[in-house]
Amino acid sequence: MTEATEAPATPKPTRIAPIVTLDSKSFWDAADREEFVGQKCGDCGQFTFPPRPMCPHCHSLARVEVKLSGYGTVHSYTIPRHPHPFGFKEAPVVAVILLDEGIRFVSNVVGVTPEDMKFDMPVEVMFEPTMNQHKLPVFRPRSTR
Amino acid sequence: MSRPGRTFTEAAIAGIGATEFSKESGRSELQLAAECSLAACEDAGVNPADIDGMITFTIDNSDEVTLARCLGVKDLAYTARIPGGGAAAAATIFQAMALVNAGVCKNVLVWRAMNERSQYRFGQNPAQGQMSYSAGNGTGSLLWCVPFGAMTPASWGALQTSRYMHTYGVSNRDLGYLAVQQRAYAATNPKAWFYEKPITLEDHQNSKWIQEPWLRLLDCCQESDGGQALLITSLERARDLRQKPVKISGACQSIPYNVEVISNYYHDDLTIMPEAWGTAKRLYAQTGMQPSDMQAAMLYEAFSPHALMQLEAFGFCGKGEAKDFIKSGEIAIDGSLPINTHGGLLGEAYIHGMNSMAEGVRQVRGTSVNQVKKRKVENVLVSSGMAGAILSAV
Ligand SMILES: [Zn+2]
Repeated sequence: MTEATEAPATPKPTRIAPIVTLDSKSFWDAADREEFVGQKCGDCGQFTFPPRPMCPHCHSLARVEVKLSGYGTVHSYTIPRHPHPFGFKEAPVVAVILLDEGIRFVSNVVGVTPEDMKFDMPVEVMFEPTMNQHKLPVFRPRSTR
Repeated sequence: MSRPGRTFTEAAIAGIGATEFSKESGRSELQLAAECSLAACEDAGVNPADIDGMITFTIDNSDEVTLARCLGVKDLAYTARIPGGGAAAAATIFQAMALVNAGVCKNVLVWRAMNERSQYRFGQNPAQGQMSYSAGNGTGSLLWCVPFGAMTPASWGALQTSRYMHTYGVSNRDLGYLAVQQRAYAATNPKAWFYEKPITLEDHQNSKWIQEPWLRLLDCCQESDGGQALLITSLERARDLRQKPVKISGACQSIPYNVEVISNYYHDDLTIMPEAWGTAKRLYAQTGMQPSDMQAAMLYEAFSPHALMQLEAFGFCGKGEAKDFIKSGEIAIDGSLPINTHGGLLGEAYIHGMNSMAEGVRQVRGTSVNQVKKRKVENVLVSSGMAGAILSAV
């Protein structure tokens, strides 16, 4: 598109939108509202991730959305160099985040160079837009220790 | 007189068959499946019409009934498909064994055929390719990794092994010793894509980053076109067939709680492959064997660190010791445990691990181009992580 625009427009997000299944809908709906929620069993209270319709501990179908602290540490990470990930200007830092609640979540660490990535570094959640007007949780180095 | 389904019959691999391994087969996947299946039957000396069981991977594109009609299978008694991508490789042997053990089938064909280079590529970004979300096909990877830029098997694998490499100080250079050895095996294997193309550690270190700072190009399996089939029957019948029988002493699957195929980040300890530990435990319990009873091993290595983690899981060395085990030459042909002697998925071809199953058979038969000779081959371990088998001479 070469059309000139008057005001500086926010660049359109190029990140792929999540695949939303019926069982993960509440998680992604919350992310769209910039809320990072986990799935807790409505009966025995234990966390499960990825979301699933039945609690593996007590087989309850009752699910409760719980706001997560948004704090965690980098448990593992990689920089996908080739092929270049679709929709990213620079190769992102992809990481498995160990959340303070004890569950693991794959995400990005933003605002840090690959050279400065360290295992177990503390991170905190923030949100980035995707295509099709969704948002998803990513992490940045934690501001206060 | 025992009734069908109420017996126990020892099982053996009687035939192996493959197409050529290439980057562009120039024919349909169904044709590759038919060609390698026929080759396995001819190798065994079994009439394809007598196949009564057929097993493949969930993601194999060839329809079993159509393949059966190519082969002229006259009375099929059982079909099944196994999930988990390449994890299904050794599981095909397990399920074929179980069918023979139980007297359900007499001649089980297992196959995997794919144009995984010329027709589609697993390593392609899903937004540009045809990967779709479906059961048995790495569901977690697509749902929970792709929006974050982890879009390829290498990225999922790197996330899985980086905690292991970090914890035990395994550098990318350490992985190079595995690639160099497997390419040396491939260099003397005329069927290998990398026949007569060995590499040095420097070549490995100069290859481009696929997943920085963990995996370089030469740590990754190939993308290949080709087909590989095995024919499993009773040990008793195999004794009368064309080839020296290869007894299936033990075989199993193992999928511990919270383990996923490749996007395997949710179980307790990311420095191990719990599925391979589970496979090892089951196999050793079934057979009464131990690591020192194996003279060779074929370990699924879509990415080189997975071979290291399996060496540890199967007890060939301690936790964190695989890098030194590899560096000290233990996996070479005169070492204590030659592995992936056909060149593996890095060196021979990537037929989703099935070509490594065939190499296990050849080592037991004594017909590998890189035959283990230091010790007489009695038992070979074949593993695809979530499944494994011990193949034995009789
Ligand atoms: Zn519960």
